[in-house]
Amino acid sequence: MITRDDVEHIGWLASIKVEDTEKDDFVKQFNSILDYFHQLDEVDTEGVEPTYRVVDLANIFREDVARPSLSQEDALKNAPRSLDGYFKSPRIV
Amino acid sequence: MNMLGELREQLRSGSAEDYLCKLFENIERSKLNGFTTLAKENALQQARDFDRDRSPGQGQGLLAGVPIAIKECISTRGIQTCCSSRILQGYIPPYDAHVIERLKAEGAIIMGKTNMDEFAMGSSTETSCFGPTKNPWDLNTVPGGSSGGSAAVVAGGEAPCALGSDTGGSVRCPASFCGIVGLKPTYGLVSRYGLVAYANSLEQIGPLTHTVEDTALLMQIIAGHDGRDTTSAEGKSDYLPVKDGVKGLKIGIPKEYFGEGVNKDVEKAVWDAIHTLEGLGATWQEVSLPHTKHALAAYYVIAMSEASSNLARFDGLRYGLREGEDKDWHTTFSDIRSKGFGPEVKRRILLGTYALSAGYYGRYYLKALKVRTLIKNDFLKAFKDVDLVAGPTMPIPAFRIGERINDPLSLYLADVFTVPINLAGVPAISVPCGFAGHLPVGLQLIGKHFDEATVLQAAQAFEAATPFHEKKPEVV
Repeated sequence: MITRDDVEHIGWLASIKVEDTEKDDFVKQFNSILDYFHQLDEVDTEGVEPTYRVVDLANIFREDVARPSLSQEDALKNAPRSLDGYFKSPRIV
Repeated sequence: MNMLGELREQLRSGSAEDYLCKLFENIERSKLNGFTTLAKENALQQARDFDRDRSPGQGQGLLAGVPIAIKECISTRGIQTCCSSRILQGYIPPYDAHVIERLKAEGAIIMGKTNMDEFAMGSSTETSCFGPTKNPWDLNTVPGGSSGGSAAVVAGGEAPCALGSDTGGSVRCPASFCGIVGLKPTYGLVSRYGLVAYANSLEQIGPLTHTVEDTALLMQIIAGHDGRDTTSAEGKSDYLPVKDGVKGLKIGIPKEYFGEGVNKDVEKAVWDAIHTLEGLGATWQEVSLPHTKHALAAYYVIAMSEASSNLARFDGLRYGLREGEDKDWHTTFSDIRSKGFGPEVKRRILLGTYALSAGYYGRYYLKALKVRTLIKNDFLKAFKDVDLVAGPTMPIPAFRIGERINDPLSLYLADVFTVPINLAGVPAISVPCGFAGHLPVGLQLIGKHFDEATVLQAAQAFEAATPFHEKKPEVV
């Protein structure tokens, strides 16, 4: 069973602040959705390999050559805050 | 029926500008809320340039002068691409997606962007920050989703064709609900470069059009290898001309796709369609896809897990929402993401985070990936005996706006026949096959990996034998 505290903790892991007003709805919905997911327990998957990708993947190699990419100006154009040609982040400590 | 090809010929002798102006007038009067951003000036300029240049080299592109509408989550240089989310509003991509480069190279004119469920998470186009899109067949019902804007504007006569994306049915569901054609290509066939990722191991970009041949034409343009998408398949196939007839084709009917939970009118329309194909010379036999009932749970675990990782990039640093004073790193990002994401996106990120967290990874994510293998094997086994699998695209016709939005699980359940296809990575098309009351019904034809040609062939034979693609909603 997911509780209000669990929802807050998952929100912390996901970097999403969960408002108090959202918690009861999420608790109810998460429990009903997870309950539905538990039907997967019925499936016998003994010896079955997981499928991460449906197409066969192989390493693809190429020469390490410089190619044109975004200009600094274009890369910063959508940044809400920038400083001296850098993205401006909030303080870390 | 080659409607886009005919349009291209008409524009060559007539006026691309006049045609485009007429579409923009329709959009201005529209009640559908299908478009989010119009690229009016650029598009009209392109049309005028096309009309002015009558040199022999002009208009050679497969879509020369033809307008197209693009889903909000496909990057278009210089035109807002915000996935109908508050967190990305104002984001103007500095580059084009691979599919947009390909369309432009063939002379297509990008008209604007179309509405969708926020970050493609939904089947009703109700979770958009721009408000819900309406179904042109009944303004009180949803157009399906998540590519609901793309489907509604094509069905509603506001664009001759559109691109959407399909992670668990997001092209086929709205095609079915709006009475048009929509294709989810084989995973890896169309480059995802420039498609904003939701669940990257499941999704493909696909066409939404009035006719099967139009879908084939768009596939001819957008399919093919692109080194910028590491999952892009090698090689290039031809989709035109679409092969004639279905004589000798073997069609499998999965018993799990009929019965309980399927609307009776939908079931009847789909069986009528199967009998039409039989009358054209195909044969059908029952097949079994025994893991169908576990596909939804596996799909949602995988999609939510991938979403929690893919959407970690939205933090207001390089693009998107950033309001108020910065606080410390974690608080700032948590506040931005709390304000910027809507409830359904939060639900999926949070549940995905939970499913991947320590102690639960094996129970949810890894288990779902193993069930995915079984679902894929179901299809591979069926395709040993048959060329195609057929069934309903959606178990129900379009539902009323607001009817399911507060009960997420009931919305998820509507995806029961579309998500197995994404899990298996096979191609599938939805074509109009009748009506449930006044609302369209879609027939789903599913093919082998990279065998779009046979899917298109059967779909076209069906279309040629039936009148459904010619029916238009009254708003048009």
